[in-house]
Amino acid sequence: MWGRRGRWAGPGGAEELRARRREREAALRRARRQEQLVSKRLLREDSAAAEGGRDGAETVPDPLSEDEVLELLRGMQRGSEDRKRSLSRLRRALQNKDTQQKFVRLDGSIRTLVGLFTSSLADVQMEAARCLHELSHSSDPAVAEACLPATSYLLTYLSGHSVEFTELCLYTLGNLVVESEAVRKQLLPQGIIPVLASCIQSPHEAVLEGLGYVLSQLLQAKEAPAEIVPLVLDSVLPQHMLRLVCSGLKAGTGAAVEFAWCLHYIVCSHTADAALLSLGALPALATLLLDLASETPPDAPEGLELLICPVLRCLSNLLAGDTGCQGQIRDERLLVALFLILQSFLQQHPFIVQEGLWLLNNLTADEPFFCSALLALDLLPALLQLLPCSPMAAALVLTVLCNIAEKGPALCQQLHQALPLLLPALALPDPQAVGQGLELLHLLFLHCPEVAADFIRQGGQRALEQHQSSPELQERARALLDLAGQPAGASTTGPCHGTVSAFP
Amino acid sequence: MPTAPHRLPERVRRMRSPPAPRAVAMLPLPPGLRRRLREGPPPPPAPPRAPPAPPAPPAPPFAFTPRRLRLGLHHPLLEDGDVHRHLYLQGVLTSLAEVAEGPKVSEFSCHISGCCQVFDTLEGYEHHYNTLHRNVCSFCKRSFPSARLLDVHILEWHDSLFQIMAEKQNMYKCLVEGCVEKFKSSKDRKDHLVTAHLYPADFRFDRPRKAKSGPWHVSSPAKDGASVPMDVSQETSEQFQVDPMETGPSENMEIPRPPASPGPTTPEKWFYKSSSSMNRLNVAGPSADPWGTPLATSLQPDSVPLIPTL
Repeated sequence: MWGRRGRWAGPGGAEELRARRREREAALRRARRQEQLVSKRLLREDSAAAEGGRDGAETVPDPLSEDEVLELLRGMQRGSEDRKRSLSRLRRALQNKDTQQKFVRLDGSIRTLVGLFTSSLADVQMEAARCLHELSHSSDPAVAEACLPATSYLLTYLSGHSVEFTELCLYTLGNLVVESEAVRKQLLPQGIIPVLASCIQSPHEAVLEGLGYVLSQLLQAKEAPAEIVPLVLDSVLPQHMLRLVCSGLKAGTGAAVEFAWCLHYIVCSHTADAALLSLGALPALATLLLDLASETPPDAPEGLELLICPVLRCLSNLLAGDTGCQGQIRDERLLVALFLILQSFLQQHPFIVQEGLWLLNNLTADEPFFCSALLALDLLPALLQLLPCSPMAAALVLTVLCNIAEKGPALCQQLHQALPLLLPALALPDPQAVGQGLELLHLLFLHCPEVAADFIRQGGQRALEQHQSSPELQERARALLDLAGQPAGASTTGPCHGTVSAFP
Repeated sequence: MPTAPHRLPERVRRMRSPPAPRAVAMLPLPPGLRRRLREGPPPPPAPPRAPPAPPAPPAPPFAFTPRRLRLGLHHPLLEDGDVHRHLYLQGVLTSLAEVAEGPKVSEFSCHISGCCQVFDTLEGYEHHYNTLHRNVCSFCKRSFPSARLLDVHILEWHDSLFQIMAEKQNMYKCLVEGCVEKFKSSKDRKDHLVTAHLYPADFRFDRPRKAKSGPWHVSSPAKDGASVPMDVSQETSEQFQVDPMETGPSENMEIPRPPASPGPTTPEKWFYKSSSSMNRLNVAGPSADPWGTPLATSLQPDSVPLIPTL
């Protein structure tokens, strides 16, 4: 299990850790913007770090010389004592990228390593597997791809029963999968999907988490929607993934996280909606959200956001499909759950706010039920409180309010009370958010003429005049000023005035 | 087992990320909200009334219509969440993760009669057991990585009916899970594995049965359950065909005894420890037919006593 192994931060402690994290974050953002976001996972036993305390800090070993690597290889090719010892030394040495490169360039090195990997001696096999794993994790494609001769065996061993060994094979495969399309073009005909489909019935959490990792890597591939998702949908994988995600609170949260991301990638492929909906994904995920909200204490334990985030995304994207499934989850507790979650993660993980608001938009856009429920549950103040979180959050909050206002006068009346809080929204720096604010005012003025008068009374005219010179806002600001300029009670000539729906 | 309602991976429970300055501290949620979650499912929704007439499009310059948003993989709104996910994958979210050690056990030995390997961790024992004892052919004692490969082996090596039927129909199954193809010969199957499934030509678990070490020769009087070594005689006569994948030069083959005549072997025990510094186990080259993995026929240096079985 991933949690069994420690990963030490290295010397320098917390400050260095933070600096490293910031660097990594910047690199990840850059990669994502180029649509090349790829990461690998490393399983490494730190028997030294297990001592605890700074002295256990794991440092990357220095590179070996060519001769030293060659000697290790010869040791592996001889028998007994030598072999095991050389393998252990090699494993440690392979933490260094330079040594990795030297090793794979040696004649016969991989062949020998794979031979030991298929040995009947359990501990030799395990040590060889660890060496392969180090190689698979390399950022140098030449090193990672050198592991290709091992893939048929990695797959064969997945049907074994040794949890630790299977887990290692899975993470190694997952690292290789993400290396290149060429690797995947080998793994798919070798039968990786059917093997994973068998493996997903394992009862071991560690195995399931590793399996989820492999799948998540496969499903992120560029060719996944065309080549991989159909194979996955054809297998028993989707129903098991859904099951494991939804039971993730009680056991196997690590695995649930992985499979939730898998589901997200599948949903994004646009070809899987019908299949997932027929498995009951929408109500299942909605129920999971309720469970997550009720189990999460106000100061949320770290890590749950990794599960909540993809669940929110799946729900939002499934709702946005053309399948007319929105009626399946008409449950006001969903709103309660959503706001409790937003509250829990507001401070530490603000990205949850904008993703949660996205879901809220998809719930309220076409469903008067959720619009009235939001107001009836008295969630409006909390919603407005989210305005300053970020520009995207502000735009989404105002969009949700528009969704509500658009449903007619009865709901507009209830928004009327929020008017004082809307005025500051017009002064936000982000033009997209302000634009939504203007749309909202338009809807309010349309359905409830008295709002216009109130708006002017509260100094709204100034707020609108500020935008007269902004190209994307000026027309609408002008139009609102005109609307508001009419005396209260005069009939507006907006076409929407005639479509008054009856609301309970 | 965890006592908390949910169990997070060890590493994430210890995360400490620097608190980001935010304008919002708490949401003004109405009291008693959490309680509503536990109140059970809501009453079934009212029967759907006729949907209201779709509203007329907004008058320009206003353009708002409610729209459900479908966001693709690379949408900017999802960037922060993705970055967080990848920081997790890269292990950067961990801070001072402790290693949750497994329960410590004192040394114990494998309980399979005939095997005396000793362990000091449960994982080590589990792996040993699964590699050597779990999927073992009761005829020839070879062990296999999975029940499936074992079944195929027994069928093809030890089932006389198979041989008869194979003359008339395609009996050699493809080894790849999910592929239902069958072939009339072992060679045809191998060709299929290589061309259709991109398997290596020397895939270790697909070596053809050689005639001379067919099922009729492998008749060691095995004690039940004991994975005794292969016919030492057969092995020794072929040991020096070095399989480059498995062994190097033959100097690792320590053979203190001359080859015995073909026939039943004497089951013997060898004592060795599994911990890294003390493993003296040799691998007898699978240069014979490593269709399965023959058990180690390690012949120890003289200093270790050979303990005959009872």
